[in-house]
Amino acid sequence: MATSDKAPVLVVLQLSGGNDYMNTVIPYNDPLYRDYRPRVAIPEDQLLPLDNDIGLHPSMAPLRDMYNQGKMAIIHGVGYPNSVRSHFRSMDIWHTCEPDKTGTEGWLGLATRELDPHKDNIVTAVSFGPCMFRALSLSGVPVACVDDLETYGLLTGISPEPQRAKILERFAQTYSPLIGKDEVMKYLGSTGLEAMAGADILKVAPQQYASTVKYPETSIAKKLKGIAQIHFADLGSRIFYCDHLGFDTHANQGPVHATLWNDVSQGIEAFFADLREHNAADNILMFLFTEFGRRVRDNGSGTDHGAGGVAFAIGDAVKGGQYGEYPSRKPADLTQGDLAPTLDFRGLYATILEDWLHVEAKPIVKGSFEKPRFL
Amino acid sequence: MASEDIALMAHLMRRAGFGASREELEARAAKGYEATVEELLSPEAEPVDRYEFLRYHPGFWKPITSPGMGSAAWFHTMLNTQRPLEEKMVLFWHQVFATGQSKIDHWHELITQADMLREQGMGNYRDLLVSLAKNPAMIYWLDNCDNHGHAVNENWGRELLELFSMGVGNYTETDVREASRAFTGWTIALTPPRGYYNRWDWQFEYIEEDHDDGEKTFLGHTGNFDGEDIIDIIVQQPACHRFIARHLYNFFVGDEPQVPAWQTTPPRDPKAIATLAQAFADSHCDIRATLRTLFLSDFFKEARFAKIKSPAEVVVGLLRLAGGYEFPAPGIGNLAKQPTYMGQELLNPPSVEGWHTGAEWINSGTLMKRVNFAATVLGDLSRPGIQSMLKRLQSQGDLSPEGFVDSCLDLIGPLEVQPEVRQRLVEHASEGGTLNWRSEHEASISTKRFGEMLQMIASLREFQYC
Repeated sequence: MATSDKAPVLVVLQLSGGNDYMNTVIPYNDPLYRDYRPRVAIPEDQLLPLDNDIGLHPSMAPLRDMYNQGKMAIIHGVGYPNSVRSHFRSMDIWHTCEPDKTGTEGWLGLATRELDPHKDNIVTAVSFGPCMFRALSLSGVPVACVDDLETYGLLTGISPEPQRAKILERFAQTYSPLIGKDEVMKYLGSTGLEAMAGADILKVAPQQYASTVKYPETSIAKKLKGIAQIHFADLGSRIFYCDHLGFDTHANQGPVHATLWNDVSQGIEAFFADLREHNAADNILMFLFTEFGRRVRDNGSGTDHGAGGVAFAIGDAVKGGQYGEYPSRKPADLTQGDLAPTLDFRGLYATILEDWLHVEAKPIVKGSFEKPRFL
Repeated sequence: MASEDIALMAHLMRRAGFGASREELEARAAKGYEATVEELLSPEAEPVDRYEFLRYHPGFWKPITSPGMGSAAWFHTMLNTQRPLEEKMVLFWHQVFATGQSKIDHWHELITQADMLREQGMGNYRDLLVSLAKNPAMIYWLDNCDNHGHAVNENWGRELLELFSMGVGNYTETDVREASRAFTGWTIALTPPRGYYNRWDWQFEYIEEDHDDGEKTFLGHTGNFDGEDIIDIIVQQPACHRFIARHLYNFFVGDEPQVPAWQTTPPRDPKAIATLAQAFADSHCDIRATLRTLFLSDFFKEARFAKIKSPAEVVVGLLRLAGGYEFPAPGIGNLAKQPTYMGQELLNPPSVEGWHTGAEWINSGTLMKRVNFAATVLGDLSRPGIQSMLKRLQSQGDLSPEGFVDSCLDLIGPLEVQPEVRQRLVEHASEGGTLNWRSEHEASISTKRFGEMLQMIASLREFQYC
């Protein structure tokens, strides 16, 4: 539950490429871990132990601190039945909750429609990155897609301003939803009008922003800073979505995975420091997920695509700790060499939807699933 | 010149190239549609001189790859080529065989891969796949350098089947494993370590001791297969013919859903896919022959403005239309990044799946970038292509608001717009009254109105189609 009367806000950080569960949340006391992973196992003297069984990757110190403060939940063994090893298919399944057919309706697109059924606020959902995520896509639901918040605006090159205003008015007329021969034309129409309106709203966010927090010079930190700016501007945004790329560590996993988690952990650390400085942390829930975990045995340099993975929930409202069960590493319990998921990701979504955003989960996740109670 | 011939030629040149000026459209239409298709398939114009770019950007010369210039050399080729279909095929294949700088971290190897796609892009698909399997950037991208006889890495084997040739549902997990085994030992030769400013060229190497020479069973065939045997089996599969046919349709004719949906979503025009797949099979996977069938078909000719332009098509098309960007001036690096801002970073697709295309190119952020860039480029009246359009407009003398709008739509395309949209443009034009060039003062006002009208047209939804 939100700890204040401010509307709850969700920030999703997608770890694209298949984050390696077993080297992120490490079952270091299990001798099988080192047997399976002669090349990529994290040495015991480097990892960050959370208890007698589990430790975090050495690059995750800021997240370890959040865990120790009781503000981070680790959700074990997340996946879905008959896990597929294709990045794209698996990501689609996570985005649409449709494991058996190709879905086009994103789970957060559906949630956005519930939060703002009359499209009163076109920045209810904000996507950071050049491409929109399928998780947010739903016909008729506006999503503001921001690449660089500083230069966001339409036809900014036309001057003087009265002339620009006149041209923008014509622009709005030609993009009218009343004109359009097919779905794509209508989609372009509504997108153009939303772009125009969204730019007017969002341009205030960086102008109003001031902070003593210094974010690292990384792509993920830049996105999180933009999210913070919009959140502080109080524009009514409820869902933010961003991603960090490169978790597909088939090769040279050691240094690559370390850099990835360095960037993510330090970005999150700066983000929450900024939120606290602005007294704006209490209604934020951050959720981290990936499309699948990786193969239990290493391949000599990295790890191949696997199944069960790990997710994280971070925020003041989170009941810190570990949820679900770390899947068994015993050879007989593996599915085609992969960790068998112990928790359906749709249950995790149900927790977020019902206990954070206060939206009915069943029609969005298409069924009832066990909910981890981290809120 | 019949306007229908010009409209059809403009359609062909948008799809098989990056659009064309009115002068070029008239010249090509005079030669005829079929002759133009043949010329595009077997171009005789000189290729772009690579040294033109390097002369002014020597930092790009291998092995010293200048950081930050990225895909600018390829972009320069796209801006200047007189062999546009050949260059379109590089874009096409690089979308199918998506290989990204994010992991390669070696622009020159990606440029070399693009050169290979240019050289073989209209040749035989079987040979192209073999070259791809031996391409060092691809080997590194999909970790075949870590695919060993004693420790199989499935990344290349899987994507070869899933994304490069057949699509999910046409093979089993065992086939993935067996194909991967057949490519063990296909790797990159050791290179000296990188320096601060230099990278060495990568070379393909086959290491026999690292190759699993055992028996494999792949798609029902059994033998001691090597990678080439696997490719030979793949190119006989009807699933492969349909898969490549659908890719060609998606790129040249009409937007299909994203590749992962192909298994469950039927094509929008199954007959067209069947025709292309048949042409591909009949020609033993000859890409040029299949393209000929495509461009001469009715389904292609009738598909005018049925596709959303990719960012590369938007940017290169606009710059070629405006003209004056041929020289590799300082700033070409920034121009080459424009497609990135619209969601398509050249030589750096977001994943091995390539970009999500069609309507998925468009969101509020990327649409804004498209509109802003088009308005900036077409608003620059000093550009030779714009000047040439202006002269043609002036030659028509006085124009009513309707005539003014129709002429601008014609000169920029010809572009077809919805009647209501044309009406809005006419209303805007009416505010300025009749367009005329009778005095210097009137001419300067008319010139300004012309530039503004181009900007408005370029910001239309219709302008996002090709």
